[in-house]
Amino acid sequence: MTQMPLAKALNESLRKALENDPKVLIMGEDVGRLGGVFRITDGLHKDFGEDRVIDTPLAESGIVGTAVGLALRGYRPVVEIQFDGFVFPAYDQIVTQLAKMHARALGKIKLPVVIRIPYGGGIGAVEHHSESPEALFAHVAGLKVVSPSNANDAYWMLQQAIECDDPVIFFEPKRRYWDKGEVDTTAVPGDLHKAVVVQEGTDLTLVAYGPMVKVCREAAAAAAKEGRSLEVVDLRSMSPIDFDTVQASTEKTGRLVVVHEAPVFYGAGAEIAARITERSFYHLEAPVLRVGGFHAPYPPARLEEEYLPGLDRVLDAVDRALAF
Amino acid sequence: MSVKSTAARRTPRGGAKRRGGEPGLVQLLTPEGERVEHSEYSIDLTPEELRGLYRDMVLTRRFDAEAITLQRQGELGLWASLLGQEAAQIGSGRATRADDYVFPTYREHGVAWTRDVDPLNLLGMFRGVNNGGWDPNENNFHLYTIVIGSQTLHATGYAMGVAKDGADSAVIAYFGDGASSQGDVAEAFTFAAVYNAPVVFFCQNNQWAISEPTEKQSRVPIYQRADGFGFPGVRVDGNDVLAVLAVTRAALEHARSGQGPMLVEAFTYRMGAHTTTDDPTRYRADEEREEWASKDPIARLRTYLEKAGLADEAFYAEIDVESDALAKRVRDGVRNMPNPDVMAIFENAYADGHALVDEERAQFAEYLASFDDAGQPAAHGKGH
Repeated sequence: MTQMPLAKALNESLRKALENDPKVLIMGEDVGRLGGVFRITDGLHKDFGEDRVIDTPLAESGIVGTAVGLALRGYRPVVEIQFDGFVFPAYDQIVTQLAKMHARALGKIKLPVVIRIPYGGGIGAVEHHSESPEALFAHVAGLKVVSPSNANDAYWMLQQAIECDDPVIFFEPKRRYWDKGEVDTTAVPGDLHKAVVVQEGTDLTLVAYGPMVKVCREAAAAAAKEGRSLEVVDLRSMSPIDFDTVQASTEKTGRLVVVHEAPVFYGAGAEIAARITERSFYHLEAPVLRVGGFHAPYPPARLEEEYLPGLDRVLDAVDRALAF
Repeated sequence: MSVKSTAARRTPRGGAKRRGGEPGLVQLLTPEGERVEHSEYSIDLTPEELRGLYRDMVLTRRFDAEAITLQRQGELGLWASLLGQEAAQIGSGRATRADDYVFPTYREHGVAWTRDVDPLNLLGMFRGVNNGGWDPNENNFHLYTIVIGSQTLHATGYAMGVAKDGADSAVIAYFGDGASSQGDVAEAFTFAAVYNAPVVFFCQNNQWAISEPTEKQSRVPIYQRADGFGFPGVRVDGNDVLAVLAVTRAALEHARSGQGPMLVEAFTYRMGAHTTTDDPTRYRADEEREEWASKDPIARLRTYLEKAGLADEAFYAEIDVESDALAKRVRDGVRNMPNPDVMAIFENAYADGHALVDEERAQFAEYLASFDDAGQPAAHGKGH
């Protein structure tokens, strides 16, 4: 067990992956000498060389497109997109090529490419640096989409994503990069796509992933002071979604609130609400509620504290669900 | 990534004028079937090899014609004809070695022929029974790519991997004049140049991107684009199979020998429609097509073979028989190509499985099973 920030856990995870498999490559803008703008690849260029830790031209489609080619050659590229809002030049390659090529070949080739994307707000950044576009990827068959919420998951989930033979979009909660947590590098990890109950409760289930898990745990702690027992599920994977765990929790508590930074409209919460309503209709004491971003462009940094769902917005939804 | 010294890059071998004026085509066989020499590119083929190229082109054209017919008969949903581009494809394809890797568009039927890809494999996607489906690693011939220009990046990445592996093989990326406007192609040029990747960019400039002429894509001849990226570009007569073979061999050798990428622009013409859904009479003049018909790649090689006495009547008769047999095999093969099982919808969406796909597969199977044996909706009225 070691205490380390989430960012360091990712760094250690990449180091481990590079050590374990000579076919693993790191690619992206500034991932070399600089170690990435968030220093996630710090020291890897020095220790593994420019053959394996590759500074690329500033062209996201090119990065993902060449990663596809390298995967076809037998490599396992781990691509860094510098910020969430910069992934879109690569969206075509991801959706039309990376996601579909395995099926196009009737399974005869595999595309083990991981695309790491720091996502979400809360760091006071300029436009295009605070978005949560996970639904745009989860909607695409052929991709898997995951996001760790803590250092230990960051360490293990990234290695599991790299070992996966499918393309994985790996969303990193950038405002949690500096949050420290215990990392157990010896424990055998669970399934990459399994959701985890991180806080047991009886009155209502909060489902979140990535940066909002912390907010939901805080909400549960605050609610506990008022005598309300909230269960918190860390979804961890947005594609596939572990509906069984969400269903079991919901049927236990009878109420479900889904929380994410991404806009509510067409978001993960909509999918979860629909599925759980179908699976657990007679167990629900209230409609499934959602808390998330608005159907408006991500606001300038001075407004993001209001835009991002915080403790109060989560508790407001909890109140509404409990009052139903 | 070991980046080779830029000093290793040579000046372009094109022999083409670099700026302004009518760019010179590399040509070794004129439209009239005369063998000519070029200062930088030469070729010396045996009569058997020359006859082989002729055979390749004729059989490819016959296959293409059969596919058009099959589309007209409703056996294929669509076909993208290569008519007129046989020399560009056979010449470049025959320049590749078995260990080289080919990244095609959706029109490289001739290149596929040179890579020993079963022509029936190419027809599956046009019939609508799969989206490709062959094993790219069997013949080092990647799946057809429909999104314009995407494959140039895959080729470049693959070539980066070849360089990492220390292999001496090369990669060739096919694309067209329309694709030359795509950002992915520009990015592929950038990546290939920066990493000195062993990739040849082979552009078949067939003059038309559906209805748009090349002038709508570029103000400079396409081969000159390479200049700005720092690697050689050359324009070759794309209807001259000898010149295409010579230039592509040189370009692949350039790549294999660590000198990095090269751009070949094969100047050719799409004699047919863009695809079977297209109507070229709406946007181009008959005279243009007739002019290009006089530069036909097969006719000029046949003229040469005849004048040089390199093939006798028996040879041509034999190819006729072979063409008929190929056409029949293709026709029978397509007509007997079964529809995939409906549950194939769910196959290969993922390599490692996905819970939602499993769930939906099971639900759909149950739904289908709710129909009775006669295929009639069950009593509760579920319908397709």
